[in-house]
Amino acid sequence: MGSFFSQQQVQATLIAIVLAAAATSAGPALGGFPPEDLLVTDNLPGHSGGVLSVALRSEPKTLNPVLAVDISSREVIRCLTADLIHINRASLKTEPALAKSWRVSPDGLVYTLKLRRGLRFSDGQPFDADDVVFSFQVYLDQKVHAPQRDLLVVGGRPVGVQKIDAETVRFELAKPYAAAERLFDSVAMLPRHLLDSAYREGHFSDLWPMATPPSQFAGLGPFRLKEYVPGVRMVLEPNPYYWKEDRAHNRLPYAGQVVFLFVASEDAQVIRFQSGDTDILSRFSADNYDVLEKQQAAKGYQLFDLGPGLEYNFLFFNLNDLATKNLAEIARKQPWFQEVRFRQAVSAAIDRESMVRLVYGGRATPLWSPVSPGDKLWIDDRIPRLPQSADRARQLLKLAGFNWNSSGALIDAQGNAVEFSILTSSSNAQRTKLATLIQDDLSKLGMNVHVVPLDFRAMVDRLLKSYDYEAAIMGLVNGDTDPNPAMNVWLSSGGTHLWHPNQQKPATTWEGEIDRLMEEQLVTLNYAKRKRLYDRVQEIIAEQLPIICLVSPNILVGAKNRVADFHPAILDPYALWNVEQLYIQ
Amino acid sequence: MNMARRHKLRIVLVVLAAIHSLIFLAGFFAPYHFAAQNREFAYAPPARLHFVDAQGRFHLRPFVYNLKRSPGARGGFEPDETQIHPLQFFVTGARYSIAGLFPCSVHMFGVNEPGRIFLLGTDGFGRDQLSRFLYGGQLSLSAGLLAAALSVGLGVFAGALAGFYGGWIDEALMRAGELFLALPWLYLLFAVRAALPLRVAEWQVFLLLIAVIGLIGWARPARLIRGAVLSAKERNFVAAARGFGASSFYLLRRHVLPQASSIALTQLALLIPQYILAEVTLTFLGLGVGEPLPSWGSLFAPLQQYSVLASYWWMLLPAALLVPIFLAYHAAADAMQERLNSVAL
Repeated sequence: MGSFFSQQQVQATLIAIVLAAAATSAGPALGGFPPEDLLVTDNLPGHSGGVLSVALRSEPKTLNPVLAVDISSREVIRCLTADLIHINRASLKTEPALAKSWRVSPDGLVYTLKLRRGLRFSDGQPFDADDVVFSFQVYLDQKVHAPQRDLLVVGGRPVGVQKIDAETVRFELAKPYAAAERLFDSVAMLPRHLLDSAYREGHFSDLWPMATPPSQFAGLGPFRLKEYVPGVRMVLEPNPYYWKEDRAHNRLPYAGQVVFLFVASEDAQVIRFQSGDTDILSRFSADNYDVLEKQQAAKGYQLFDLGPGLEYNFLFFNLNDLATKNLAEIARKQPWFQEVRFRQAVSAAIDRESMVRLVYGGRATPLWSPVSPGDKLWIDDRIPRLPQSADRARQLLKLAGFNWNSSGALIDAQGNAVEFSILTSSSNAQRTKLATLIQDDLSKLGMNVHVVPLDFRAMVDRLLKSYDYEAAIMGLVNGDTDPNPAMNVWLSSGGTHLWHPNQQKPATTWEGEIDRLMEEQLVTLNYAKRKRLYDRVQEIIAEQLPIICLVSPNILVGAKNRVADFHPAILDPYALWNVEQLYIQ
Repeated sequence: MNMARRHKLRIVLVVLAAIHSLIFLAGFFAPYHFAAQNREFAYAPPARLHFVDAQGRFHLRPFVYNLKRSPGARGGFEPDETQIHPLQFFVTGARYSIAGLFPCSVHMFGVNEPGRIFLLGTDGFGRDQLSRFLYGGQLSLSAGLLAAALSVGLGVFAGALAGFYGGWIDEALMRAGELFLALPWLYLLFAVRAALPLRVAEWQVFLLLIAVIGLIGWARPARLIRGAVLSAKERNFVAAARGFGASSFYLLRRHVLPQASSIALTQLALLIPQYILAEVTLTFLGLGVGEPLPSWGSLFAPLQQYSVLASYWWMLLPAALLVPIFLAYHAAADAMQERLNSVAL
């Protein structure tokens, strides 16, 4: 049992839940099915019925949980499906879901999961170990290209999945894996009876497009498909077979309908929330928060500022090996970017406090490491939070052999003026504003910086494929508070090791050191030891500055007062994670 | 009657000249440099000029109060009435150059440090909107003027050729003009911008803007000039001159084009505001010069955000200032049109 809470604790909660479930599941066995092993939540009973409407920025691309990568699709799919072990967004700890309990072998290599008995998919068909084995077979199939697959490959080998009996499944890892039970979160279980034949015929990727008729879709989530109107809305209705009930034994969910409206821009979403068309609003800017705040009382909604989330915005330079590329102009500037004192000078010159104030209206936190204060379990508090200092920046530049010419422009040892461009995504107004502030800060050091807003896709293409850029501003959101999902960012061989992705072997000694530390924390099961290793990673990043961290925006959420039991969280999905418990007062 | 018309044109031209010299000497009239950020004064509302201070004393010289954050309320400013900052004239401030040649640092007005004067408020970086408007005009107005001159120049050339020679030259030029009128230019522009290298120098973007806007618009003036040339070349005095053995070039220059010149001038006056607007549109869409260089288009870009529209009304002021400028141009076109008609009569 890894991670930051003891095995005893988990077992204790499990026993409590199992006891509670046993006491309540003595209901009549319907239609020959065994009695259902429901999960009893500890929330007070709410009211059934009512419509909960939420706006999505774009139309979902698919209903297939294995293929969904865009935010909108995943938001909808989360309401329709369920996972075996779930990360509770409020406590950020794992809790039983479709698996009512699990056991870990002493060497940490074998997980045995016990499934809830008598559960049924939203179409009434039973759910058992065969569905679990089938689901993992699909996720691990290389031909399917599931984004979840990366995480399910541990120590170079895919997780081994084996059915013991109809209610027991055994998972085998090639290597011990810290906090392995967190891997199960958001891996939606699939109905074998609906998908098996298409999967065997090799066209799994055609399954469950948006136009899927409700009768062809089944999941284990709190809601099921009711209606889809292209370009307008998607309507969900309660899943009558859902496996959670409240203390008074009312089956969840409460809401009579969930309506997802497709509203194309943030501003339009804000206006519709303000006018009362939608009940819940998330993913909006601090500027709009201030606009909405003024009418909070009059319009009957409440805004929540949850503090820093898991997003970190950063500036980074192109440190790729450009020998084989035809990019002489960028290669000429790389000696600057590769000089750590140059990067430290840039970091020292940046006024992070102004960014927080001007770009996020105070609703953000300045960052000196990629772990935001929102991630309380993993942040390294000893990383120095150096205030902006143009003097320190100038000293660092001087030490690195830079100088200034008569007109005040910064020149390198060869006398070339320091001039470079920063890419930002044109669709992200905040990051473009960050770039403009950096441009001004660096102009005070005599650097001539240009801001180039580009279409997001064109930008990612340059960052990860052509390497045709000098510097860029990006933001990443950690998928979990745990460091493991970020392996791909920190390993030198990682595909999102943005400043120099997909290295054969580490280009610098400190990248080699990060590789070693990250690999070690991955197989260390003790939280305190892992924390020490990950702290060291954060320290190396703060010292070497392959990415110059800037700010972490606060998670901002709004909901109408009539939505009860609303507890937004800093881990995605911020607002709808407990959609089954939300009810209309 | 004729005198009144002449008078009207003169007044309009004086107004236009005043506007252009204001913009041309932006460095002098603007209290600050266009890129100077005052990060503690982001989205500061327009400063108010006072004559009476908090103690009720009257001051002959107008003054402003600095702003401070209102206690409690988020984001709001209130005047700091502990210190007055009298308006000063011909103060020394940020360095600038006139027409890129004469370095200078005298500004028409300003206040002494630590005072700040933002007559049109500030943007999200605390940059003075008035200064940005004046500097932005340099780019937008000159783009409009040059593009209109290019358009009308091409129009006169093509229109004169087509009207005077007729035949296949006329056919070819006029069909080409129709083609230019029919192309979906905005989409073409997006494609052109995407094909350009990552970073294009500001002067290149500027020339590109002028070339694109100017080239698009030649067809309409060409048609009008062609019409004028067609009717002029049938006049008796032209036929007489031809009879005396005048060359085609002489006829065009001496007798035909002067007939079309007022049409060309009217077109120019009409096209300039249109093209200023075209530059504004292109910059608004992200196809113009980059930060921190201002143009009128980039002054309007923040207005795309709901929060700016809802919270910071003064960001709309630059748009309001464009109205009299455009009206002046249209009045000039009007006056010229009237003169043209009276001459024709």
